[in-house]
Amino acid sequence: MNFSRRPKNIVSLTLLTVFAALMFGCNQSHPQSTFEALGPVAQSQLNLFWIIFAAGALVFVLVEGLMIYAIIKFRRRSDDEMPHQTHGNNTLEITWTVIPAALLILVSIPTIITIFDNTNSPRTPAEGGLVVDAIGHQWWFEFRYPHPVNPDEEIVFANELHIPTGEPINIRLESVDVIHSFWVPKIGGKVDMVPGNGNDMWLQADTPGYLYAQCAEFCGVAHALMRFRVIAEPREDFDAWLLAQAEPAKESADPLIAAGKQIFQQSGCTGCHATDPSSSGRIGPNLTHVASRSTLAGGVFENRDEFDKVNPSLVQANLREWLEDPLNAKPGNIMGMQAAVYTDTNKALSEPDISALVAYLSSLK
Amino acid sequence: MSTMPFAIPRPVHPTGVWSWITTIDHKRIGILYGVTAFILFLTGGMEALLIRAQLVQAEQDLISPEIFNQLFTMHGTTMIFLAVMPLSAAFFNFVVPLQIGARDVAFPRLNAFSFWTFLAGALLLKISWITGGAPNAGWFSYAPLTGITANPGHGIDLWVVSLQVLGVASLAAAFNFIVTIVNMRAPGMSLMRMPMFTWMTLLTAILLVLAFPVITVALIELMFDRTFGMNFFNVAAGAQPILWQHLFWVFGHPEVYILILPAMGIVSDVLPAFSKKPLFGYGTMVVAGVVIAFMGWMVWSHHMFTVGLGPVANSVFTFTTMMIAVPTGIKVFNWLGTIWGGSLNFKTPMLFALGFVGMFIMGGISGVMHAVAASDAQQQDTYFVVAHIHYVLFGGALMGIFAGIYFWFPKMTGKMYNEGLGKVQFWSMLIAQNITFFPMHFTGLDGMPRRIYTYQENMGWEFWSLISTIGSLMLAASMLLFVYNFVNSWRNGEKASGDPWDARTLEWSIASPPPEYNFAVIPEVTDRDEWWEEKQRRRIGVPVPVSGGSGYEPEEHSIHLPQPSYWPIVVSIGLLIAGYGVVYNGVIYNFVLAAAGVLIGMIGVYAWALEPVNDPDPDDEHSSH
Repeated sequence: MNFSRRPKNIVSLTLLTVFAALMFGCNQSHPQSTFEALGPVAQSQLNLFWIIFAAGALVFVLVEGLMIYAIIKFRRRSDDEMPHQTHGNNTLEITWTVIPAALLILVSIPTIITIFDNTNSPRTPAEGGLVVDAIGHQWWFEFRYPHPVNPDEEIVFANELHIPTGEPINIRLESVDVIHSFWVPKIGGKVDMVPGNGNDMWLQADTPGYLYAQCAEFCGVAHALMRFRVIAEPREDFDAWLLAQAEPAKESADPLIAAGKQIFQQSGCTGCHATDPSSSGRIGPNLTHVASRSTLAGGVFENRDEFDKVNPSLVQANLREWLEDPLNAKPGNIMGMQAAVYTDTNKALSEPDISALVAYLSSLK
Repeated sequence: MSTMPFAIPRPVHPTGVWSWITTIDHKRIGILYGVTAFILFLTGGMEALLIRAQLVQAEQDLISPEIFNQLFTMHGTTMIFLAVMPLSAAFFNFVVPLQIGARDVAFPRLNAFSFWTFLAGALLLKISWITGGAPNAGWFSYAPLTGITANPGHGIDLWVVSLQVLGVASLAAAFNFIVTIVNMRAPGMSLMRMPMFTWMTLLTAILLVLAFPVITVALIELMFDRTFGMNFFNVAAGAQPILWQHLFWVFGHPEVYILILPAMGIVSDVLPAFSKKPLFGYGTMVVAGVVIAFMGWMVWSHHMFTVGLGPVANSVFTFTTMMIAVPTGIKVFNWLGTIWGGSLNFKTPMLFALGFVGMFIMGGISGVMHAVAASDAQQQDTYFVVAHIHYVLFGGALMGIFAGIYFWFPKMTGKMYNEGLGKVQFWSMLIAQNITFFPMHFTGLDGMPRRIYTYQENMGWEFWSLISTIGSLMLAASMLLFVYNFVNSWRNGEKASGDPWDARTLEWSIASPPPEYNFAVIPEVTDRDEWWEEKQRRRIGVPVPVSGGSGYEPEEHSIHLPQPSYWPIVVSIGLLIAGYGVVYNGVIYNFVLAAAGVLIGMIGVYAWALEPVNDPDPDDEHSSH
């Protein structure tokens, strides 16, 4: 099946241009636009969109046109005029029942085909397809990959989904608290993450890219800040990345980093955060390689500079801002609401504590 | 005088505040509904303006996320339950008895009870702003976000109790209108001679009776979860939170038709009146309405296309949802058929009715786009859906309601509104709503989720969000113009004749405003559009029986009407107090409050039941009725 076909139809291309010109009137980036499909799922959904849009536009122009014509043509010219008292016309009424019904049945055929195509993965885990667990938390995303070497282990990661390009990725969706929704607009529509009732979906990116993604189901105070990024990269880059993730971060002899590590262990951070790549089931994001991620705090802080590289000084500045006031950065989050260092003034982190923690965490690459 | 032990004489207050509190006249209750609902509509509009203010630019820091989430929850709940539904109810009350040639509804005191209970429910919801936080889980309140762990505040409890109380009001009103329409039509008015608004009222009432029990069950489950630690939606105890979604949308989708069918009815009466033509395809319009009301029960899962129900369920609901567009399309085409070949008079009600058709087509088409489950996965929970619902509910339901307000304003108040201001208000509202809601199609397809209180600068959503906010301010200005026109015309407007529009249905055969007894003589109905046919018969000089009221002064004493009553409002006050007490059940003091509320309600019900019916008028002993 060729998923990457593009609409060749002149009409839809023209409409696309007009529509895109309207939408992208300002010269801005549109990282979550559904009009730039970078994979087969998104492409099939976009094709379907243009079909139904074209049908809708046709009906719209026709019906609104008829109405405006009637409004102009049949306006009252004299108070004495008495129009013919028509009560109805069966032929006409049957016509405008049957034609729309036929049109809709026609549209429903590609729709239903696409529904099934987009549900059934072309390469299931049983057929050797890559499978990733995506778990929704208030308000961040956890991802678990199969360990590249040891099949009994998983690699736990947060807020950044790496995928190899050109192959279907199976994603198992779950949630630990409320309902979230997993949505990477440029490679596919959303599927909900329902606690206690997992969902499966598949996605594919055909070209390498850095994609924006966001929770789409209202999930509480910081729903707007529940974001993640998708990094689509060639298979060999992905494999190298995954292998690197399987290792813990390099130890450092720097005394400030060591001090930071001690504070991390003694202030209760480890109660929620793991620094071991295979450790799952903790309350907060796994921090094994936190300093290598493109964002911090689930897409709230950008760690990348204008050259699209993770910039260590940005990482440090963001970590500091986060640690100083997590509730300001992400209202309602568990760390700010419940961690002793934020709720108990006797245990509050001092400025040197935060500096040491920043040094330690930014060493976790 | 009755000798019942509980009997308290019926109140006699022809004018003043007490006359409104104790009234059971359907026309006065209709006005109470309309004015109250419009004020609540304005509060919902203010909530919307605050939402738009926060979204005017990226990273805006005006409203906290906690308050923002409460604002959109309250905006949705207010507009649906406290604005559009009761505004429709205002017309049910005022217009339906007049259209069917009745002197009142079947159960006048129950009617008063419906209004006061609606007000109690509205107060229970709105009071949450000052009692420590409004509900904050969206108008759909998905489990488990509404659970006690995820949402410990009392906002959700007030939301639950308020909707239960509003449900009582809606059910009472719905039963009342079904019985009224089925039993109290004037002689000769067969079902297929009923005006279309009355038809749509009947269908809406049937939908209400069938839909509200579903949400009642869901709300009871949620309340028991939160209050008594039950596990209907507790995932940790093995519950499936999707249960809530099914219950909510099995109610919620018929609810959409509860909102739109009355507006369709209004438009189906306004278009013929200002086209000097009968409604095109009356029979088909009735059937289309019935089919919509029936199929409304088969499409609920299109609200759940991304939940993971599987490809079979999604395909089925895709298909049924597309098919419901067919009867809706029939209605649109028949409206076009109605104006086609007519003599169109563009008075304000006509402009709003035509505006309704134009905007509703937009909302209908984006609705069909949502029906396509596969591509809907990109649109679900984005601003595209926000655009769609506002085209249907604002461009649709509210434009229809405004058509109704202007159409029946002379009948309700006996005054004419200012036509020039009305037209300005129509055009400003039409333009402003498109400026507000059309750009939401763009931001939605550009990946902007709903219900987010902030967004980043580089998302590309700023420009159209700004335009939407500007549009919302224009809408607010248009509403202020309406309020001015309404209030000023009611006080100082020109006197209206009984039939200022040369209209077609029976309400126009009597004076404006109608006398308390409506029809001096109950009309004998021989045709659809009875009043129009009557006027034609008179014009050609055929001697005909005089239709009710027209040019005929009755002896008022010969008509007995049900008298005012204290008890409906007492029962409603009991519900209000009990509802408030139930929310704060943890505190012993408030349990007392709940018990007191129930007691007051019980006393009210008993006194109501034992109230003497129709005290004989002391100076009317000779009456033969």
